[in-house]
Amino acid sequence: MATTVIPAQPISRPTNYLTNGFTLKSWLLTTDHKRIAILYLISVTLFFFLGGFFAMLIRLELLTPQGDLMHADSYNKVFTAHGMIMVFFFLIPVVPAILGNFLVPLMIGAKDLAFPRINLLSWYLYIVAGGIMIHVLLNGGVDTGWTLYSPFSTQFSNTNVIEAGIAIFIVGFSSIFTGLNFIVTVHRMRAPGLTWSRLPLFIWAQYATSLIMILGTPVIAITTVMLAVERLFHLGIFDPKLGGDPLLFQHLFWFYSHPAVYIMILPSMGVISELITCFSHKRVFGYKIVALSSIAIAVIGFLVWAHHMFVTGISLYAALIFSFITFFVGVPSAIKVFNWTATLYRGSISFATPMLYAFGFIGLFTIGGLTGLFLASLGVDVHVTDTYFVVSHFHYVMVGGVVMGYLGGMHFWWPKISGRMYPEGWAKLSALFVFVGFNLTFFPQFVLGYVGMPRRYWQYPPEFQVLNVLSTAGASVLAVGYLLPMVYFAWSLRYGPIAGPNPWNAAGLEWKTASPPPTFNFDETPVVTWEAYNYDEIEPKLEDGGIR
Amino acid sequence: MSDSHATAVDTAESHPQLRHHFANMEQQKNTASLGMWLFLVTEIMFFGGLFCAYLIYRLMHFNAFAAASQQLDIKWGAFNTAVLLVSSVTVVLAVRAAQDGNRKQLVGYLVITVLLGLTFLGVKAIEYKEKFEKHHVPGPTFAFTNTFDDNGKQIPVNPKEAELFFSLYFAMTGMHALHMIIGCGLFSVLAVLAWKGHYSPGYYTPIENAGLYWHLVDIIWIYLFPLLYLISRHS
Repeated sequence: MATTVIPAQPISRPTNYLTNGFTLKSWLLTTDHKRIAILYLISVTLFFFLGGFFAMLIRLELLTPQGDLMHADSYNKVFTAHGMIMVFFFLIPVVPAILGNFLVPLMIGAKDLAFPRINLLSWYLYIVAGGIMIHVLLNGGVDTGWTLYSPFSTQFSNTNVIEAGIAIFIVGFSSIFTGLNFIVTVHRMRAPGLTWSRLPLFIWAQYATSLIMILGTPVIAITTVMLAVERLFHLGIFDPKLGGDPLLFQHLFWFYSHPAVYIMILPSMGVISELITCFSHKRVFGYKIVALSSIAIAVIGFLVWAHHMFVTGISLYAALIFSFITFFVGVPSAIKVFNWTATLYRGSISFATPMLYAFGFIGLFTIGGLTGLFLASLGVDVHVTDTYFVVSHFHYVMVGGVVMGYLGGMHFWWPKISGRMYPEGWAKLSALFVFVGFNLTFFPQFVLGYVGMPRRYWQYPPEFQVLNVLSTAGASVLAVGYLLPMVYFAWSLRYGPIAGPNPWNAAGLEWKTASPPPTFNFDETPVVTWEAYNYDEIEPKLEDGGIR
Repeated sequence: MSDSHATAVDTAESHPQLRHHFANMEQQKNTASLGMWLFLVTEIMFFGGLFCAYLIYRLMHFNAFAAASQQLDIKWGAFNTAVLLVSSVTVVLAVRAAQDGNRKQLVGYLVITVLLGLTFLGVKAIEYKEKFEKHHVPGPTFAFTNTFDDNGKQIPVNPKEAELFFSLYFAMTGMHALHMIIGCGLFSVLAVLAWKGHYSPGYYTPIENAGLYWHLVDIIWIYLFPLLYLISRHS
């Protein structure tokens, strides 16, 4: 095939980050944040489809009430693999490590992140951890669930818990290094004139995310260390027979893993802020409050972890307080939703694909967030704990929220990343598949959970079958919606129309340099003299094919 | 730049150690230093999990923890505390020597720091060996007999709970010792580089940042010593 390629671009075009070296070494030893973002894009996508493969196995097993595709033990391993891969190797790195890596220096007018070599190290840690994780899967997997609850994980499970713990430990440091890099970069590398109040909201979101990454991730690291030494040397840290307390594991685990939910959703919220302003061609409503709501989520998000433990026998007063704070953390999220909606008001809205994803995000995240408040209420939580209601709730936030935001962002910045436009028609079709498939998959699960179907079982009573069949059918539609962008993004690399530096007429420094950007991002360091989202000073683009 | 040791070199835009993405040496130095402080924050959170477990179990099993704590050798602990405090002083002196561009002093203080660190680790090894001999290492061979407090009164102790104390003792001091080993390695490399003349008054960030790391490891011990060795003595 390669012999018939017609040069896709004039030879005289100045070199950009993609054409700056073609050897494998120039990629594997690169310290260019944009190339590292591409490395992450490839590896995270692989893990996404690996995790998706396990999701399909789950949905296939649940197509019928009997356990006919696999045994209970295999089912345990399959949902554990799905959870661990999706949480640690997809949801947490996806937006920060791909879009964040690519965009943070571009958006603040810097030549690179503060620590380019640490950035590369973080990708290698991800790869090492991913390799260990795959090794675990090939050697029989783990059956503890992604939550690794003690005492099952410490005393009873006969699977590779320690090795999986090592993978989580290492991938945690990959995310710590990303977070550390972003915080330092935002503090120290901003272009002249780019004050904090002029930063794009995507940067605020990444900053808040990074705070959680560096404060939360070390705790899961030490928790996996304790888990491993307890398993290895039979210490009693979490074993009640030896004086320990298994609940301590849950506290430490959720001290990280609840804020980790915000590591996943905050960057996508940042993406949505960018999309909404660009495609309604209007400054975001209440810039400051949207920016600060990101920080508020990061801070309050650290104080709600025990709402995962309402039925474990923690004291009623503790439960009441955690319930109250959980309602409270809904406030900054709601502020974001209201402000995005208010931004639309009297905007000149165009319905390009990224905007479709943004709308999808707002709707689905709202459902996911509100059902989170159901779960924060002590009485309702007791009824639906460990049912499919919980599964559906967090998939509305994780898949309906995070993945929608990620896909919206990928479509929005793809012209910047690749220099080419994706095919709009196909993209809209796939957005439709994603939206319909998503709702068909997960809405029935709310009902299933409410009527009592527990999570993590491979069999269920026959009366639950109709809803489970709907869910599995939806998952198939969703899979098509996820595979399509792979195909047309790859296609557009060669055949997509040349995008030009600013195809969306968007504000923001990243659109003021070439697409794809040169290796050092800007030919000369930009000086910022304008406020963020100064859309009233930018002519709207009328021939973009969108509907006005 | 607020540092009194700022020289014309600090703001130079063509220093050999200036990396391509920074405008000048001052920006590079401030960036590296902020990165190090944030890394120390992650270290505090990392040890925080262990401290949290220790405090909870100390409250849950107070008698056992008090009795087990008395089995630690307070003299070795105090000696090691002194060693670490002195090593923090030598680190500060090393940074000062780097600022003054005094290569011999810099190398000297770095080497002394490494030696003090190794002394600490040696004493720790002696203490660990003692624990092995007294069967205080958690596991199948663990044994703990009822002990007596300073007034000769017997303290009733569940050996399982005492074992938990020693589990945490080994986890916490072991994790701390691992950080000491890393620190010694770090300073050894820096000493070699300093000997080769890598550092100057215009560029000594690695010395300063490794120093920050060393101080943090020191501070963690400052908390470990009273928590593990001291606070149960006068209950």
